[in-house]
Amino acid sequence: MENKAIICKDLTKKFGDFYAVNKVSFDVAKGEIFGFLGANGAGKTTVMRILCGLSYPSSGEATVAGFNVYNQQESIKKNIGYMSQKFSLYENLTVLENIEFFGGIYGVSRKEIKERANKLVEYLGLQNETKKLVGGLPLGWKQKLAFSVAIFHRPEIVFLDEPTGGVDPVTRRQFWDMIYEAAASGITIFVTTHYMDEAEYCNRISIMVDGRLEALDAPGNLKNRFSANSMDEVFYRLARKAVRSDD
Amino acid sequence: MNDVILQQITKTYEKGKVLAVDNVSFEVQQGELFGLIGPDGAGKTSIFRMLTTVLLPDSGKASVAGFDIVKEYRSIRNLVGYMPGRFSLYQDLTVRENLEFFATVFGTTVDANYDQIKDIFEQIKPFINRRAGKLSGGMKQKLALSCALIHKPEILLLDEPTTGVDAVSRKEFWEMLKKLKAQGITILVSTPYMDEAILCERIALIQNGKIMSVDTPQNIIRAFPKKLFAVKSDGIYKLLNDFRSHHEIESCYAFGEFLHITLKNQELSAMESLQRIAIENGHSGIVIKEMEPTIEDSFIRLMKQNREKDTGMPLTQ
Repeated sequence: MENKAIICKDLTKKFGDFYAVNKVSFDVAKGEIFGFLGANGAGKTTVMRILCGLSYPSSGEATVAGFNVYNQQESIKKNIGYMSQKFSLYENLTVLENIEFFGGIYGVSRKEIKERANKLVEYLGLQNETKKLVGGLPLGWKQKLAFSVAIFHRPEIVFLDEPTGGVDPVTRRQFWDMIYEAAASGITIFVTTHYMDEAEYCNRISIMVDGRLEALDAPGNLKNRFSANSMDEVFYRLARKAVRSDD
Repeated sequence: MNDVILQQITKTYEKGKVLAVDNVSFEVQQGELFGLIGPDGAGKTSIFRMLTTVLLPDSGKASVAGFDIVKEYRSIRNLVGYMPGRFSLYQDLTVRENLEFFATVFGTTVDANYDQIKDIFEQIKPFINRRAGKLSGGMKQKLALSCALIHKPEILLLDEPTTGVDAVSRKEFWEMLKKLKAQGITILVSTPYMDEAILCERIALIQNGKIMSVDTPQNIIRAFPKKLFAVKSDGIYKLLNDFRSHHEIESCYAFGEFLHITLKNQELSAMESLQRIAIENGHSGIVIKEMEPTIEDSFIRLMKQNREKDTGMPLTQ
């Protein structure tokens, strides 16, 4: 139990008669990079919302950072970070204001915010941009900053929802360097992506199809099991069986 | 004959402060499936908006089907089918209503041109009375393509039709494009997914408003100037850092389960050199193989070469 960041057992979410998530079970180890894949409408977002303390399951068990998803949602929120391509930073606040705002929301003290913000700005090479509005930064910088802000309060787990959509291939790799570094420092990474080569960068991958978890293993083992050359092929074989999409 | 011609097109925003498209020239031949490949912010959408005559270039000339995009914009509008990057159908109209609306706007009817969209539209027909806003991503995409095709355009302009769509729907979409191409329609399509480049006849790689290369995907791959190696070990992240900091290595980056590596010197014993470096750094489970570059490798290399020219930053970074 001690070394698990996330535990799900028979997690289920029903909307009326519709099983958005159907008896999903998996564990994520502390410091692991866990890839969470699935076609549009497979139920990924619903699972993510439950694990982030934003939605209750219909049945089943789940704990995140040791807290129960039924009655400790607020504790979960304090111990996780979240970043997506759609929502990350406030475009009309400056770089520094965004850092201060999110640090403050997560209860980091003013003194700590100042110290960590200085280090962060230096690490990202944004010393000359601290007073610029985030909206004017190049997309690649925005995404690196958004990730740094999501782990600024040193959460146990960070949820990344398609973090690299649309960025150039060089920046995408720099972003993954940051993910590796965060994982090496002990932060658990839970990441969704549409890029199958990125699935290879994960320690383990799960693939959801029609609300169920159809596969869960290291990328190499999955390729062996499906006699596939790439994760793209594994994904395609599993996901094309899907009968439903996100409608 | 060329259906789309751009000659030194430049577009800036905010009174010249933001350079979106920088002296871009390329041509799309009649009946060709041509890909504009690049990340967000590369200038792809600005190019589409100029070709569809909704935006004026600062300088340069361009024509579509022989008509000038500035002087003869009205003729172009009837001839092209356009699928914008953002879903632009009427969310509160049904599937049927959207299709009928677009047919009417172009002075035709759904029945008259149904054969043009039949293959694609049959797949969403079960949802014909559903509002467009309630469709899934893959179905929205099919409806948008049907609406872009309903007036039998000669040229299709598709701006990132597969962005945000899952891998299965992406494959299906490219199958549809192949069929449309077989009917003789000229297709200019943009995508940020490098693996889709290989599905086009010719491609332009674009970054920061500039075209880095225009050719067939095969020729772009062939032009890769160095031998490329794929290497992995049991400690891939450590391997990445070890190789990056080694003086014999020219470039090294993660690519799926492997690292892709080029060496500064192309001696015959390249494989042995890589093996030696990995062993010196205490790695186990080492796999090394030579491989053919992908379009993504070419894109990364061209990007880094341009950056090296501008800033002097080495290829390893």
